[in-house]
Amino acid sequence: MNSANVYQSAFDKTQKAKASRLSFGEELAELGSVDSRIVVLDADLSKSTRTDIFAGKFADRFFNMGIAEANLIGTAAGLANAGMIPFAASFGCFLTGRFDQIRMSVAFAGANVKLVGTHAGVGIGEDGHSQMALEDLTLMRVLPGMTVFQPADDYDTRSFLKWSVAHKGPVYMRLTRQNLPALARKKDAQQFSVGKWQLLTEGNSESPIVVFATGSLVGPSIEAAEKLSQKLNASIEVVNANWIQPYDEFMLSEFAERKAKLWVSVEDHYVTGGLGGLISEWMASRGCPARLLKIGVSDFGQSGTPEVNSQAYGFTPEGIFEKISLAFENLNSR
Amino acid sequence: MFMNFQWPRVDSITQPDSLKAIRQTILEQIFLAKSGHPGGSLSLVEILASIFDKNFEHTVTNPERPDRDRFILSKGHGVPALYSILSSLGFFAPEELRNLRKFGHFLQGHPDKRRFSLMETSTGSLGQGASVGLGLALGLRLAFSKGQISRLPRVYVVLGDGEMQEGQVWECLMAAGKFKPGNLIFILDRNRGQIDGSVEEIMSLDPLEDKLKAFNLNVSTLDGHDVSALTRFFASLEVKSESRPTFVVANTLKGKGISFMEHPTAWHGVAPKKIELERALWELFGGLPKEIPEGEPIPDCISPFGRLTLKGEV
Repeated sequence: MNSANVYQSAFDKTQKAKASRLSFGEELAELGSVDSRIVVLDADLSKSTRTDIFAGKFADRFFNMGIAEANLIGTAAGLANAGMIPFAASFGCFLTGRFDQIRMSVAFAGANVKLVGTHAGVGIGEDGHSQMALEDLTLMRVLPGMTVFQPADDYDTRSFLKWSVAHKGPVYMRLTRQNLPALARKKDAQQFSVGKWQLLTEGNSESPIVVFATGSLVGPSIEAAEKLSQKLNASIEVVNANWIQPYDEFMLSEFAERKAKLWVSVEDHYVTGGLGGLISEWMASRGCPARLLKIGVSDFGQSGTPEVNSQAYGFTPEGIFEKISLAFENLNSR
Repeated sequence: MFMNFQWPRVDSITQPDSLKAIRQTILEQIFLAKSGHPGGSLSLVEILASIFDKNFEHTVTNPERPDRDRFILSKGHGVPALYSILSSLGFFAPEELRNLRKFGHFLQGHPDKRRFSLMETSTGSLGQGASVGLGLALGLRLAFSKGQISRLPRVYVVLGDGEMQEGQVWECLMAAGKFKPGNLIFILDRNRGQIDGSVEEIMSLDPLEDKLKAFNLNVSTLDGHDVSALTRFFASLEVKSESRPTFVVANTLKGKGISFMEHPTAWHGVAPKKIELERALWELFGGLPKEIPEGEPIPDCISPFGRLTLKGEV
């Protein structure tokens, strides 16, 4: 087995790493020319969410609502009800922190609002906990009819953005401050379709471990899997779990048929209710015999450089590798 | 109840017979549902009638036409009044009013846009309808400026005065003063009551008009039960794409029209008992509407309102 090739070729090294907020800002400004119903609302963070690119091109369709997110969400719902396609952007924590406005004026009213929360997780670094979206997936996933998506790279971000314009219904997209490496896409598998996760490795039915990673931690999870495969002399599967709602039940069912006895979820988000939450719910209702290791955050975040935070929370390739190794050893010694 | 009910055949829902019938059906809806908010529904009657009578562009046979005027009841608990008005305009049969708060029905306890598109948004969590109204006004103004619709629709938002305690309302008013959608009209049902007491004692809004003016709104104070003054006011509004949004402080009485319900708190969220409903109807119509022979029990269906349905009347 030439494991290095499998894992390293999961990346598209011809492309530069890019923050998903920037991919969003660029693509949104392009879509603005295509569809005049697109309007954008921001809450004094347009330079950070990168809606400033759209604002520069389409001033009459950009609304800076000031630091007033509750009203921003309601106004977006009204714009949607008037036939526009509003993108409402802010940091994910501030946006989903106005949960009742999203619950009532967006979800319960069936308003066609596209919510975009940037600055996901402890990966934002020095600003500390107050600016970190850590519970946003959990909050958005609980709402009926809400589509929830967390892109792993530029391709994911742009694809979902185009899809969300065509889709009639509320969505939440979770984006990063930090750069993300581009993933390789096979030409014939490039179709982007609803609720379909992407298997980044070759799919060996003998794999003892499968890793479901989302957002910023897909890249480090690939690196961790490479180390694990060398240590265990076995192939480790890695999945880009970008769709949070709906999610890829088909792929989960396929893995449930296989021999992997350790499943792992990896997310820069609380371990309660996010990707790990949805997989554990699925496993319990399905009666899946594998064990699930949930890698994520379980306490408040804090200041630190992105690198220091990443190490402290165990989100480096080494950190992920160690957590999975330990869990796998414990499982085998039972 | 409602079996033979017809809306009075009048050419304006602001006429006394019609206003009485609206009050009657509000009370009967809540009586049949055994729960609801009579006080804050009765205070809305003249406000809603004066808007929907001649100052609300709509087509009953095409209720979702894109250039229609919009109405949002941000104080969603007053929705029996809105249901009565919409029924009186012919949007749905009065028989449906029997189904207020029934499982699966479009006449939910608070406005539910997913079940009833004319609600324009779902309300009931106070403060939110204001922002949705702002977004509608901005979106319709944009659509009008791009020629996607041929007239600039009005957007009416009715707020409660307890609701004005929500921070989101003030966020919204601040933004309304900035973006200046001239087609946006707020009406405050200033009935001075909320669940736990008077607005004055729970969290006073005063000096309300000064605050509103400071938010760059075009503020007027009116008698919220003077239906002709309200009608004239809404008719006189000039709707421009860009001008200060209108804010009407409509002074009202909670429970208006039924003497024993005119109280800031007592009838906020209490359904009338049968005897109370009868007394209320007696006050409205000067007698029980249909004679019930002595010895016969009063049926649950209290009022076919002969007075309103007798041929030749009205």
